[in-house]
Amino acid sequence: MPYIPHTPEDVRAMLERIGAGAIDDLFDEIPPALRVDALPGVPDALGEMEVARLTAERAAADGNPLNFIGAGAYEHHIPAPVWALVTRGEIYSAYTPYQAEASQGTLQTMYEYQSMIAGLTAMDVSNASLYDGASALAEACLMAVRAHRRSKSARILMPTTVNPAWRQVTRVITHGQGLVIEELPYCTEEGRTIPEALARHAGSDVTALVIQQPNFFGQLEDVDALTRWARANGALVIAAVNPVALAVLQPPGAWGDGGADIACGDAQPFGVPLSSGGPYVGFMACRMEHVRQMPGRIAGRTVDAEGKRGFTLTLQAREQHIRRAKATSNICTNQGLLMSAATIYLALLGPAGLERVARACLARTRDLVDALGKLPGVRAAFEGPRFHEAVLTLDRPVAPVLEALAREGIVGGFDLSRDYPELGHALLACATETRTRADIETYARALGRELSRAAAA
Amino acid sequence: MSQIPADLRYTKSHEWLRTLPDGSVEIGITDHAQQSLGDLVFVEVPEAGRRLATGDACAVVESVKAASDVYSPVAGEVTAGNPQLTSQPDLINRDPYGEGWILRLKPSGSGGAAETLDAAAYEAAIAAGG
Repeated sequence: MPYIPHTPEDVRAMLERIGAGAIDDLFDEIPPALRVDALPGVPDALGEMEVARLTAERAAADGNPLNFIGAGAYEHHIPAPVWALVTRGEIYSAYTPYQAEASQGTLQTMYEYQSMIAGLTAMDVSNASLYDGASALAEACLMAVRAHRRSKSARILMPTTVNPAWRQVTRVITHGQGLVIEELPYCTEEGRTIPEALARHAGSDVTALVIQQPNFFGQLEDVDALTRWARANGALVIAAVNPVALAVLQPPGAWGDGGADIACGDAQPFGVPLSSGGPYVGFMACRMEHVRQMPGRIAGRTVDAEGKRGFTLTLQAREQHIRRAKATSNICTNQGLLMSAATIYLALLGPAGLERVARACLARTRDLVDALGKLPGVRAAFEGPRFHEAVLTLDRPVAPVLEALAREGIVGGFDLSRDYPELGHALLACATETRTRADIETYARALGRELSRAAAA
Repeated sequence: MSQIPADLRYTKSHEWLRTLPDGSVEIGITDHAQQSLGDLVFVEVPEAGRRLATGDACAVVESVKAASDVYSPVAGEVTAGNPQLTSQPDLINRDPYGEGWILRLKPSGSGGAAETLDAAAYEAAIAAGG
């Protein structure tokens, strides 16, 4: 389907047909006091040439560092065909066409994407994507409150081991909608939620428990025990998962006895570049019994009037263009372009390829922890199984060390001291399949130099 | 032409009301409403015990093209939501005034009732495009 803007003649013809004099007349019902004529603080429009120059300058400011930071967004290899295909005219738009007869390719891509997400998470049904992982978690909390009709408390138990940015986004989005987000402490020795932290909530009305796997520290939570606790206490389970890890970890649909109710996360690792923080793409899947409360839309396979296979939107009646304030979401319908990238990435890799990526991440992270942990003044904070990142404790504040590494072109990780001061001088470092042994040695040498230089000073 | 039984009361928002022998009120949506919505794919019914004020949204009927609220024309306590509708939402399409009932409630007496119409007045309201 081509995306061709209206010509002035088109616009005039349409206005004439509906009897409006000008586009502005269509907004007559908005009281003048609520209208904004100018947007203070928003700079003037730029032409393509200026925009290209501006973005090139901004990108150059990022440099091309050797990257060991994860913390929610991950640098993976993106096979060249992914963006070669995504930038084709037929799909190079975030816009989802509503007419099935004009958008079979887009609808089939959504259908394939949903099938892949449902398969990876082992859930019954997936929507056609959401804005990003953080808002997907917020949406999952809102959805749990709608779906759990016996629970009246709207209380969500949120482990502190969940990504701090996701927790903050969830608080912002659910604030004002009556949700109570209660944070759960974690074990600072093990870096994971301990089932005992839940004990004081036993017997009270809890709507849902969030479980992030792997958690923000990269450690694996005891998802079975946590899921069983939620079941026993009448709470729904919201799984927030790294989709790459699902190639080697138990999927949310198999957690505990009966699995999670909702699985969500960020599909950025599937073919979406880091891009200074976004845009990314959220995913969400759930058990069939909750499907009517799931935000967004679902594409389905059907047959046309001639009996031929076709695709159409089969669940969208509760979206905001139909339900307005009562929609299941007023944030996002779907993230079409990046959903397409994720689908093509997964199609190229296949289950075996994705598992190789996940295993390579595991191996590289083990190499990283071994190499850095050998340095004087550095130790791994937590034992126990982890995925592709780890918390390292330094013998001095992390921020100056990271600054020194950055001067050598190394992004050494995420400084945890602001979000987790109780961990001391803690650094969250990540190695995906894109980091070679030589990269890791480069990092270890630079960190060793910096720590000994600072010690001598 | 849609059916409008003479022994029921109606609302302008296309609900019907039937007073049962025990004084409770049965509520559903009209034949005209189900025809306008098309094939229903899901119905969300209220749970017994829920207290409703007049005009509260008490159920959601969802077709492939829209999800619409059903409003309670009277105040009271829900005694039952139709359990059949969970698995057979099309009962509303097939038998809107019978097996397709949506909820029953015990009127609270206070809180008043919305303006209801008799069959002739409802027919006139539909004819007027209401």
